[in-house]
Amino acid sequence: MALPQSVPFIGWAWDDLIFLLLAGMMLGAALMVVLGKDIIRAGLFLMLSFGALAGIYVLLGAPIVAAAQVLIYIGAIGVLILFAIMLTQTKSGSGKLTFHHQAWAGGLAAIVLALMLLFVVLSTDWPNVLDAPAAASTTAVATLLFTDYVFAFEVMGVLLLAAVIGGIFLAKREDSVDPGQRDADQPSILAPLEPRHAASRLRTRRSEASGAEPDQGRATIITGDEP
Amino acid sequence: MTQSLDAYLILSGLLFTIGTFGFLAKRNAIAMLMSIELMLNAVNLAIVAFGAFVPGLAAQGALIALFVMAVAAAEATVGLAIVIAIYRNRRTPLVDEYASMRE
Repeated sequence: MALPQSVPFIGWAWDDLIFLLLAGMMLGAALMVVLGKDIIRAGLFLMLSFGALAGIYVLLGAPIVAAAQVLIYIGAIGVLILFAIMLTQTKSGSGKLTFHHQAWAGGLAAIVLALMLLFVVLSTDWPNVLDAPAAASTTAVATLLFTDYVFAFEVMGVLLLAAVIGGIFLAKREDSVDPGQRDADQPSILAPLEPRHAASRLRTRRSEASGAEPDQGRATIITGDEP
Repeated sequence: MTQSLDAYLILSGLLFTIGTFGFLAKRNAIAMLMSIELMLNAVNLAIVAFGAFVPGLAAQGALIALFVMAVAAAEATVGLAIVIAIYRNRRTPLVDEYASMRE
């Protein structure tokens, strides 16, 4: 079924309507990320904002960027952020005050920045821009990636490898199990042993912490680490 | 009407502004990282919009946006790992309690 040339009853072009819907969704979700009190909800709204932006990339004629946006941002970074939120949740205190006391200064700076950007964009006469967005064919992007930009592509791979190693190094906790004893248990494959060690460590720590403040004991159990 | 370079650039600027406000005003370190992601998305939108509207730059715009995404993924990995490492020592995700280097 062919769509009519313009939106019925309004008379806009379809692109305008879709752009306004996606832009409103993206900005609204971003505002909910920034202004909301609940940080898990903020993470979910962040993913909604990324999704609306993927739609805007399609509208701009860059489907490969839209696909990468869904895969990388929604799939990888969104899930990573949600995991980090859940690892750093505490029952006490953190949800009470989500803004700094000087948040008004930040708001002022943001408003000034928005006005400046609006002024710059509206007052600039961009020379010889197109009237409608030109589509970026995936073939052209791939050809460019593996000819002119192949060095940047390789460097990007090394950067991602370094980021993975750095992330593991930073997030790794110091293991308190005696290495000699662990070697005696099983030399190479630590994965099947690890939960049992962690569980026993948690049990002893819970019995130690039972006399202490209950909230502290809870935090210890959640992360299973040195207080 | 809205299919012009100005509309996309204004949208990008508004998204960047929202991210800036979140980065300046939020107390939670992870919320600040989320605001950084919003700002990176705004920059990506501006890059793709310039690529689509400047003649002959469509492929370059999409390609640079892909590179920005890869760098953003690396940044998110390392940033969240740092936040988790600090949280393990200090038991709080709130940045204004990370004041020990000032004393």
